[in-house]
Amino acid sequence: MTASRVPSVPPNTKQPDSRWRTPLLSVVIVLGLALLWEALKAFGASNGYALTLGGLTIDLTLFNDAQLPHLSDIARAFGEPAQRNGEPLYQMLFSAGLYTLSAAIKGFVIGGAIGFVLAVIFTHSSVLQRGMMPYVVASQTVPILAIAPMVVIWMGRAGNVELSVPIITAYLTFFPVTIYTLRGLTNVPPTALELMQTYAASKWAILIKLRLPNALPQIFTALKLAATSSVVGAIIGELPSGIQDGIGIALLNFARYYNQSPPRLFATIFAAGLLGILFFSVIAVIERLVVRWRAEESL
Amino acid sequence: MTTIIEMNHLSKSFRTKDGSSVHALDNIDLDVKQGEFISLIGPSGCGKSTLLRIIADLIAPSSGTITVNGKPPRQARQDRDYGFVFQNATLYDWRTVIKNVELPLEIMNYSREQRDHRAREMLAMVELAGFEDKYPWQLSGGMQQRVSIARALAFQPRLLLMDEPFGALDEMTRERMNNELLRIWTEMNEMSVIFVTHSIAEAVYLSTRVVVLSPRPGRIAEIIDIDLPQPRTPETRDSDAYFHLTSRVRYALRGHMASHGFDE
Repeated sequence: MTASRVPSVPPNTKQPDSRWRTPLLSVVIVLGLALLWEALKAFGASNGYALTLGGLTIDLTLFNDAQLPHLSDIARAFGEPAQRNGEPLYQMLFSAGLYTLSAAIKGFVIGGAIGFVLAVIFTHSSVLQRGMMPYVVASQTVPILAIAPMVVIWMGRAGNVELSVPIITAYLTFFPVTIYTLRGLTNVPPTALELMQTYAASKWAILIKLRLPNALPQIFTALKLAATSSVVGAIIGELPSGIQDGIGIALLNFARYYNQSPPRLFATIFAAGLLGILFFSVIAVIERLVVRWRAEESL
Repeated sequence: MTTIIEMNHLSKSFRTKDGSSVHALDNIDLDVKQGEFISLIGPSGCGKSTLLRIIADLIAPSSGTITVNGKPPRQARQDRDYGFVFQNATLYDWRTVIKNVELPLEIMNYSREQRDHRAREMLAMVELAGFEDKYPWQLSGGMQQRVSIARALAFQPRLLLMDEPFGALDEMTRERMNNELLRIWTEMNEMSVIFVTHSIAEAVYLSTRVVVLSPRPGRIAEIIDIDLPQPRTPETRDSDAYFHLTSRVRYALRGHMASHGFDE
């Protein structure tokens, strides 16, 4: 038995060149989708937006410029004024995105904290878990669109309409955090728990030194889900609140004036999507920094 | 020599999910003295691990009495009187090797310097100096188990409980680990070891006494004194005395397996 024995090479160490495989793949997929988009448009245009197949006529007007603008037109729309003689669209979307993102982050933090605390409570009390879990699950069966106006009314009465968006967002984000964190906190290998018992470790020590690190991979899965749904929650929350500064109202306005300029709505949709991806990526990067012990990479 | 564990008429029954009860241990009387190396050996399902877990207060006996260091096992556990080594190393994946060894010391509120000092000392003892900052998945099975032994001894308990610690290792590694363990036991002056195994060779080579348990319900079939000279060396395994003692353990095991049929 010598200390110089070299540990076996872990079988799942990634090759250096495979580090670029995933980003490369996503670029290829985006390019492919863009190509498909333009191909469908070209296909529609070359057939006069109607295709006759064996006496059956298929309507292809969905592919015309009014329904599905050229990607180049959408790109150009970013640079054009959002309103007559106003700032360019990209600038407007940037500040609107920032506004929505900050509301989303607030809701994400509130919802994440509530979800986490619930999971810790449920871990230590099976009575509370059994009693409250059905309501936690039921809360998510009520559509967020039905709850949003109610929250706005309550917050309006309380004189704090601004807070309704984070609250609506939190309503959406606490759920995955509760479920995944609870699973991670309770799904501990039996001997890992017995080891703590042999040290006569306190519940607090078990939580901090065993349950929590054990749950981290699942907590991050929840946070990534919560990050994307927090952007959705913030956008939906803005609509009944009458907030004029966010992506939500921009979507509503450009939908209303769609016929005047279809590319503007598409540009705004892309911006909203980008917001969710951005938030997701930030959490994924933090995960990679925190969960460093894993041999294999996770999503 | 002082008695550190005393068991009187110890029995244990489990209730299974379908409501029937399994009689795991029956009427165990056993005293363990300071500095002894005791192996518990028996066919699988004979309750030898159950007995170890009762000593560790991980489960409670159904009847009978037991004291560890003159105290109820609960008190002994709370006083951190023993270190426990599981069959799988049970290292925490998110901790480096040294942080795994420091785990009990953190829980017992040792200072940062003490923790670091003790952990390095223990890792040197199990010949893993230089592996402090590796993660468990970077180590072989034998190395992982050595880390877990270092962790169990980090707070210098006077009693070491081991539940088939080398059961998952190949024969060569197991024999190396046996020598390693004997060296550690000698270095840890007057430390008592209770060692669960189903390897006759291992039990005889390591122990000062071998306790042979009968199949379920586990009873003490025979207690065999292993009077092989200390320190034991690989040559011990070639001696006639060693051969005779392994035969005795085998007969003790077989006697009870024959009368119960080979149903294991």
